[in-house]
Amino acid sequence: MKSKATGQKSVAQATNTRLDRRTSLALYRQMLVIRRCEEQLARSYQAGFIPGACHTYIGQEAVATGVCAHLRPDDAVFSTHRGHGHALAKGVSVRRVIAELFGKATGCSAGRGGSMHLFAPEVGMMGTSGIVAPCILQATGAGYSFKLLKTDRVGVAFFGDGAVNNGAFHEGLNMAAVWELPTLFVCENNMYATEVPFASATRNQDVASRAAVYGLPGVAVDGNDVIAVYKAAGEAISRARAGGGPTLIECKTYRTRPHAEGMRDAGYRTVEEIEAWKARDPIPHFRAHVMATGMASEDECDQIDAEVKTLIEDGLQFAMDSPWPDPATALDHVYSTGK
Amino acid sequence: MRELTFTAAAHEGLAEEMASDPTIFVVGEGIGRRGGNFNTTTGLYDLYGPERLRDTPICERGFVGLCVGAAMTGTRPVVDFMFIDFILDAMGELINQAAKMQYMSSGRLKMPLVLRGCIGVGGASATHHSGSYASIFVHLPGFRVVIPTTPYDAKGLLKTSIRSDDPVLFLEHKSLLNTKGPVPEGEYTVPFGQASVCRQGTDVTVVAIALMVKKTLEVCEQLVQEGISVEVIDPRTVAPLDIDTIIESVHKTGRLLIVDETFAPCAIGAEVAAQVMDRAFDDLDAPVRRLNGVQTPVPYSAPLEAAVVPQPPAIAQAIRDVVAE
Ligand SMILES: Cc1ncc(C[n+]2csc(CCOP(=O)(O)OP(=O)(O)O)c2C)c(N)n1
Ligand SMILES: [Mg+2]
Repeated sequence: MKSKATGQKSVAQATNTRLDRRTSLALYRQMLVIRRCEEQLARSYQAGFIPGACHTYIGQEAVATGVCAHLRPDDAVFSTHRGHGHALAKGVSVRRVIAELFGKATGCSAGRGGSMHLFAPEVGMMGTSGIVAPCILQATGAGYSFKLLKTDRVGVAFFGDGAVNNGAFHEGLNMAAVWELPTLFVCENNMYATEVPFASATRNQDVASRAAVYGLPGVAVDGNDVIAVYKAAGEAISRARAGGGPTLIECKTYRTRPHAEGMRDAGYRTVEEIEAWKARDPIPHFRAHVMATGMASEDECDQIDAEVKTLIEDGLQFAMDSPWPDPATALDHVYSTGK
Repeated sequence: MRELTFTAAAHEGLAEEMASDPTIFVVGEGIGRRGGNFNTTTGLYDLYGPERLRDTPICERGFVGLCVGAAMTGTRPVVDFMFIDFILDAMGELINQAAKMQYMSSGRLKMPLVLRGCIGVGGASATHHSGSYASIFVHLPGFRVVIPTTPYDAKGLLKTSIRSDDPVLFLEHKSLLNTKGPVPEGEYTVPFGQASVCRQGTDVTVVAIALMVKKTLEVCEQLVQEGISVEVIDPRTVAPLDIDTIIESVHKTGRLLIVDETFAPCAIGAEVAAQVMDRAFDDLDAPVRRLNGVQTPVPYSAPLEAAVVPQPPAIAQAIRDVVAE
């Protein structure tokens, strides 16, 4: 099958699209799980329970939520240093995420990973990463496997604006396009790479437009609008499953906390800019939408809020109570067969 | 027994594995219809088509990264670099990703990835087509490093490499590709971590790497006439390294020389020497010696090229020197 619509860019006006009640509530709940989990991780970081890095996903929840809602456990997600949201949306439990950041044996990587190495291949979470951009190539490779194995599974790469000027973006999109691989490239353009504005890193800031260079469809969406993300991802994933090849989706979004916990958040962006994006917070917006369209009452939303609160408290308690890894396991799994 | 060239034997190993396992695919430049710059895939494209014999764009980092993702998701890629020098464009994907993936995933992901390519000084290949780089990978946890020197081992070790769930460097010395040797008709594999004693001797042990095995064997008869009996060991895989076989030999001979055409610092010879000192110091009757290539980029012109790698007379002299100590 030939891939079509090369480089067609359309800012999806998806907020008008009606989702069913079940999907809407699932999206709302998923975004809230990520938000509350991240807030808890930020508090735990400040309290000294997280010994390593912690890059929160606060403000960007609509992206992972809208994309992963279409994925099955046998689809493969390859993520970044800002990947807690991807892991949670792909089905890793709050318990195992918090425990991993605490360095506990019960964490999803058995305490050998931390924030930037969250692995749960049993649900298709193929890793967050301490290195910017290889996820693009690995998701392309998953697409290669899934095509060779004649399945309808898809590979998905999440990456930031910082990755699109890396060679992996060029090489990965080129190979995925020419071989028509079932791969979805999701760029979360939050306007900064650490503290470097995207505008000072590249002349062409229109990420979606770059798809045309490689001959695959490119779409830009409001990454703070979960319905827009959900719709664009749904189309791209259906096309990929049907043999129609890869898609690049640029989600324009914003992180409202510093690059990483413990870092300053001044000198490179203005308070006004942060406040303006906070006013576009994806979660209250979607909550209001759900209520305005009569899909759920305020009580029902409150009920979800309460459930999520309990879930996070349970995850925190689980992490606190969990044992440390046995030092004797530090050498395990360097090779497939013992030594 | 029939005789095959190194290239034909390795080709047979790949062809047999591809026939029995449909998840194996090869990527590289010119490995499709062309059959590989070094005839590594001749005829396979006609059998298996472009998905399993994938000609790539010239993007080593990209297709190595792709193969890492593929190896994580149920297929078994073989990367054919043609010259191993080109692997350097993909080092981040290999060292940070391929080699660490099993560890990072607590063993839930496997990394069945073969990285093959030609190594070695010779044929006026000059500095961008003459590297070996084995010791870089030996240094790092996660890799297997295989350096066959006979047709028999090329086939048996390539089959083991393809069946391995670890990332494997499979390094083929250019000057060995046309050498012939016996290869049985039937199915066999050669395990990792088992050195081969290529020649038995009593006075000195020589551990030789890649082409240096052949060059060392060339001087042994001459040395016999001088009254020196040389035992030659080809480790065959340098990660894992069969140190036990080396130590057993040193126990018998009391003397050890390591011959490797690559650079001396932090390389295989240094590692073998350190391990032998650790475990067999009392067996040694003389200091362990190394004979290596000169630490320089590789020059082009024949007299210059010959000057930077150990030649048979230098090997013979190094052996005499160790025995004389
Ligand atoms: C190859 C590499 N270079 C540098 C870094 C250090 N680093 C970590 S995050 C980051 C910025 C990434 O920005 P972006 O991709 O936009 O993601 P964001 O943090 O905005 O989510 C940098 C430079 C790294 N992890 N990997
Ligand atoms: Mg960014």
